[in-house]
Amino acid sequence: MMRFSTLLKHPADWMIGKGADNAIVLTSRIRLARNLAGIPFPGWAKKDQRQQVLEELCPVIEGFACMKDGFSKSLDSLSSVQKQVMVERHLISREHAARGEGSGVVIDRGQAFAVMMNEEDHLRMQAIRPGLDLAAAHEMIDAFDDEVADAVEYAFDPELGYLTTCPTNLGTGMRASAMLHLPALVLSDQIGQVLQAVGKIGLAVRGIFGEGTESLGNLFQISNQSTLGESEATILRRLERVIGQVAKHERNARGKLLEDDPDMVCDKIGRAYGVLRHAWIIESKEALNHLSLIRLGGDLGFFPEETVATCDELLMEIQPAHLQIQGGRKLSPEERDGIRAEIIRSRLQTLEPPDIGRINKSEGDDDDSPDLGIA
Amino acid sequence: MDCDKCGKPAKVHLTQLVGGKVKKVALCNECAADSGVTDPTGFALADLLLGGGDQGVTSVVPRPPGRSRACPECGFTLDDLKRVRRFGCGTCYEAFREEVKDMVRGMHKGESHCGKVPDGLMEIRQRKLRLEELRERLDQAITAENYEEAAGLRDEIRQIEDSMAKSETPS
Repeated sequence: MMRFSTLLKHPADWMIGKGADNAIVLTSRIRLARNLAGIPFPGWAKKDQRQQVLEELCPVIEGFACMKDGFSKSLDSLSSVQKQVMVERHLISREHAARGEGSGVVIDRGQAFAVMMNEEDHLRMQAIRPGLDLAAAHEMIDAFDDEVADAVEYAFDPELGYLTTCPTNLGTGMRASAMLHLPALVLSDQIGQVLQAVGKIGLAVRGIFGEGTESLGNLFQISNQSTLGESEATILRRLERVIGQVAKHERNARGKLLEDDPDMVCDKIGRAYGVLRHAWIIESKEALNHLSLIRLGGDLGFFPEETVATCDELLMEIQPAHLQIQGGRKLSPEERDGIRAEIIRSRLQTLEPPDIGRINKSEGDDDDSPDLGIA
Repeated sequence: MDCDKCGKPAKVHLTQLVGGKVKKVALCNECAADSGVTDPTGFALADLLLGGGDQGVTSVVPRPPGRSRACPECGFTLDDLKRVRRFGCGTCYEAFREEVKDMVRGMHKGESHCGKVPDGLMEIRQRKLRLEELRERLDQAITAENYEEAAGLRDEIRQIEDSMAKSETPS
């Protein structure tokens, strides 16, 4: 059985975009909500009923081939910091982290599958893939779901589909989402327009970090809101199309920014580099926003390509619970800001200053950079 | 400010909204402890301490125990549903089918499921439908005294029943 420290030490491939183009769309995720027939949902079940659900589901999930040597824990056996780390890695939900006895989590070794037991529903299972590939993520979780259905009886109604605690998940019980990095749309003030258009077709958009509508690090999540009345394939097709369009807008905006205002881009990326390389105390908000620019720089050729993956790892490592685990004890906010700066400095130690010359040269050279010529 | 009870310097300041009016009480540490204001369950403190109690603001009429409709499976009531907008178990959706319709309208793109159906369930449903059909034909065959056909139908029914029993108790 995989230990928590192992889980922590090895970031999943999808977290650092291994084997996929994740410059704009970082990850694709599908989550299915399922419940067992004939037993109350977790929020209404008695303690022994929740335990019964856990005892029925846990061996089934653990027994799957893909879960071999995976991570499996009851929530009451994890510390609050450990749970928080898993939230920061998108392996469990914030709601699940608040739970204890009677709730469980199972994660495969590659962290592509994560299953929560007795969250809001008896079963919440997710599959994550790097880049924009909702179809592949869905295929994975769909097969997983079939296997579970062979072993247990789901609460299902021909008219309402999979029955869930909250009626917002009825039908397919499927929430599909992608995480997007949209710095150029933010810098060029087009983000509001784009997100409004996405909202109009019934998709939900929210920032990954930050409260409410605020988005830190220019990271956004787009997901389906409706789960009933359409097939999984229809929902996924629409999402893929819209997310693809948003990504294209971002791609164009990156090109246009470089063409119209290369000085501004160089200045932003250069300043971000300067601050992150030399700051001794840095708050989460400032760090996320500068890292976003370094990540953009990695994509635009200011930095080596692998810089993007470094940024993705840092995005996780500088979050509060990760810092706490790193520090080995409870840290005050001031201490966190110090350790955060230290981690960033050490990770970026070998990063050369932004290659401004290369950008300026390619600016007038249309043949070399057809991507950047989009008006 | 001085303590409202004994006149010593006040350390504890309480503010409470009573009948739409703000009531303020100041107390010294000793009087605060004596009157048990540190007890978070205490309410209508101003009345309690100063013996005010104008027009019975503390009286709360308890609602009569609800006779609200309940799910036969789990006991979750319609009141619970209205309060939390969530359901107690799968059977609740059956018990509150009308309310579900109202809730779901406008929440989703449609009102009936067009997606995946669990594999096993599909099979079970189809087998059940097939069984119903066979049994009906068996009845007809017996009524018509067509015993040869009835025997064949009986064998087929047994076969399906056996396979269903097997799949219900997996090894």
